[in-house]
Amino acid sequence: MTPLATEALEEAVTNLQVLTDSGAMSLSWLLLVLPAVGFVACLTLRRRLEERVAWIAIGASILTFVLSVAILLQLRDEQASHLVFGFTWFDDVGGLTVHFDYAIDQLTAVMLLVVTGVGSLVHVYSWGYMYGDERFERYFAYLNLFLFSMLVLVLGSSFLTLFVGWELVGLSSYLLIGFWFEKAAYAAAAKKAFITNRVGDVAFMIAMFLIFREFGTFDFFAVFEHAGDLSTGTATTIVLLLMGGAAAKSAQIPLHVWLPDAMAGPTPVSALIHAATMVTAGVYLMARSSPIVVQSLDAMTIIAWIGVLTALLGALVAIRQDDIKKILAYSTVSQLGYMFVGIGTGGFNEGIFHLVTHAFFKGLLFLAAGSVMHALADQTDVWRMGGLRRVMPVTFWTSAAAVLAITGFPPFAGFFSKDQILVTAYEHGFTAVWALGVLVAVLTAFYMGRWFLLVFMGVGRWGDDVHPHESPASMTGPLIVLGVLSAVGGAALNLSHHGPLFTWLEPSTASTGGVAFNAAGSIGEPTLVAISIAAAVLGLGAAWFAYNPARVAQGRTAEPVVGPVAELFERKFFVDELYEAIFVKAGARVADALVWFDTTVIDGAVNGAGAVSLKVGDVARRVQTGFVRGYLVAFLVGGIVLTAVLLAQVGLA
Amino acid sequence: MPIGMYFALSAVLFSIGLAGVLVRRNVIVLFMCVELMLNAVNLTLAGAARMWGGPDGHVFVFFVIVVAAAEVVVGLALVVNIFFRRGTLDVDVPTLLKR
Repeated sequence: MTPLATEALEEAVTNLQVLTDSGAMSLSWLLLVLPAVGFVACLTLRRRLEERVAWIAIGASILTFVLSVAILLQLRDEQASHLVFGFTWFDDVGGLTVHFDYAIDQLTAVMLLVVTGVGSLVHVYSWGYMYGDERFERYFAYLNLFLFSMLVLVLGSSFLTLFVGWELVGLSSYLLIGFWFEKAAYAAAAKKAFITNRVGDVAFMIAMFLIFREFGTFDFFAVFEHAGDLSTGTATTIVLLLMGGAAAKSAQIPLHVWLPDAMAGPTPVSALIHAATMVTAGVYLMARSSPIVVQSLDAMTIIAWIGVLTALLGALVAIRQDDIKKILAYSTVSQLGYMFVGIGTGGFNEGIFHLVTHAFFKGLLFLAAGSVMHALADQTDVWRMGGLRRVMPVTFWTSAAAVLAITGFPPFAGFFSKDQILVTAYEHGFTAVWALGVLVAVLTAFYMGRWFLLVFMGVGRWGDDVHPHESPASMTGPLIVLGVLSAVGGAALNLSHHGPLFTWLEPSTASTGGVAFNAAGSIGEPTLVAISIAAAVLGLGAAWFAYNPARVAQGRTAEPVVGPVAELFERKFFVDELYEAIFVKAGARVADALVWFDTTVIDGAVNGAGAVSLKVGDVARRVQTGFVRGYLVAFLVGGIVLTAVLLAQVGLA
Repeated sequence: MPIGMYFALSAVLFSIGLAGVLVRRNVIVLFMCVELMLNAVNLTLAGAARMWGGPDGHVFVFFVIVVAAAEVVVGLALVVNIFFRRGTLDVDVPTLLKR
């Protein structure tokens, strides 16, 4: 069954109520134009306006946010998916027609708000954080490029346009991780992120080929309309391949290695790209593809396990990291794992909910880390911090809100989203996944408690020559906004399983009613919630026991995890070393073999050709005597021979 | 006069020219021998034209004369230059290509 692409699209479109020419929707094209113009303007005007180009970038970002809010409000009133026609990108190339359209539905609107909202806050924050950097202007250009790319990703109405955005965010991520490329380690981190993502892209592309083979189109609405016709085997393959792409972008096992290294970029970039938005693109992709995902319970189970194992690995490694950003990076890996648990257990809305709250509290944590590093002259070792509670009150209090949120402490935002993922996992029969998820929740509370106690509590261990101070208003402002959202965002968005966010998202994500989940265990929801809260309290209590100011004052001996286990965590389960041995070394061997082939065979052929020419020339040169009459004799002989031939031919004829 | 006589004369003239070209070393003499060969051919063409009674041969002869005139101009210019540069008209002396 491969319906012609255009027919399928038209059929799908008629099933939608398409309203594109009214209200904010008619301006939706500006969503892409504004950051694109900002990007170009920042690059072209940076000599003339110098640091003032940042206002263009910040303005573009805030305008897209305002427009996103307007679009959300219109969507709320009209309750329909909107397809905004752009242009036809491929017109019937071998049966493939791709329209570069926007699809704006409830899921897109949520992503729009997160991307442009956190994006705007980070733009403002960056003004203070990056001020004085020698490439300040270019930094803002890249930020706008990222915003543009991310909007292409969430607005695209087909897998192919999504993929274009997918690659563009990869590019912006690469540019920003390697922003201070003078340091070789930072440039290497950028390269690592880029290459790891290419591995996932291969899987994503194969998934798209399969989708084209099955449906004859890439258009979301047309594909999802017929998703139910897929055979289970094909659906499993497609979903797992899509998951391969998502795993690279969202740093899931086995492609998680790039994200911790990506912390080489400026801290606001870590907050925006590597915590709040880009890394959640994988979650968005899977939620967007939910009509295909629900076709295969096997694939969902695998996704859930990948998610929970990644969450566990990230949490364990985070326990023994000493870099203020590395802890948060592994925490991000871990939290993204939770989101995939949501996707895998059929809780698409729960996954997106956690994506949103995570954008609040993890964005905030990174910005707070940036604020701390700003105050301590770029110190990143948490063992050389401490005692910042009084010096940086705004950073302290907002961080407290974020830590409680990520810990899952009620009523902070993370409690609702994480708990709902775990409840869904349990109720859909993934008992083992749920149990591991609870364990990860304990670990999360533990390492975040450690982070918080080491950074803010006790006495200062930063040395005498550093004089910490609270950050400027452009930095504390975004912290406060995100602090409030981390505190109340969860309860306001979605208090229960039937909260406003889930009702809102329902038209966009597939129903899991047709999936044959295993039977749930016998624990009721109130008990599950109580277990989640107990996990958070247990983790925080353990952290206080191990890292209270009295113990921390003794130095690193306070670490409760010691011996080979600690080294295992500290060295990140030796995954980097493993990949080094398997892929990098093997690649080097292949390269060596190719070098040998190049120098001996290919260069040999070229040099050989030269040598042979020289030899031939040496011999042939003797023919030239320089005697004019010698040439004349040759001329005569030639003439006689020609005449003879001619005569012979005439005679024969 | 039978046509064979014309051809015989032109063959003799051509052979004299050819022999001169091959054995003499003075460029000017070489040059004159080449002219002799050209005119031997002209004679053949004119004779043939007369035999067939058509204008083609005559036209060819005029062409050859015009081209030969041009060739003489260029050739003599070369000869003069060679003489000025090398002080000799011996064709065996300039042997640049040998090295």
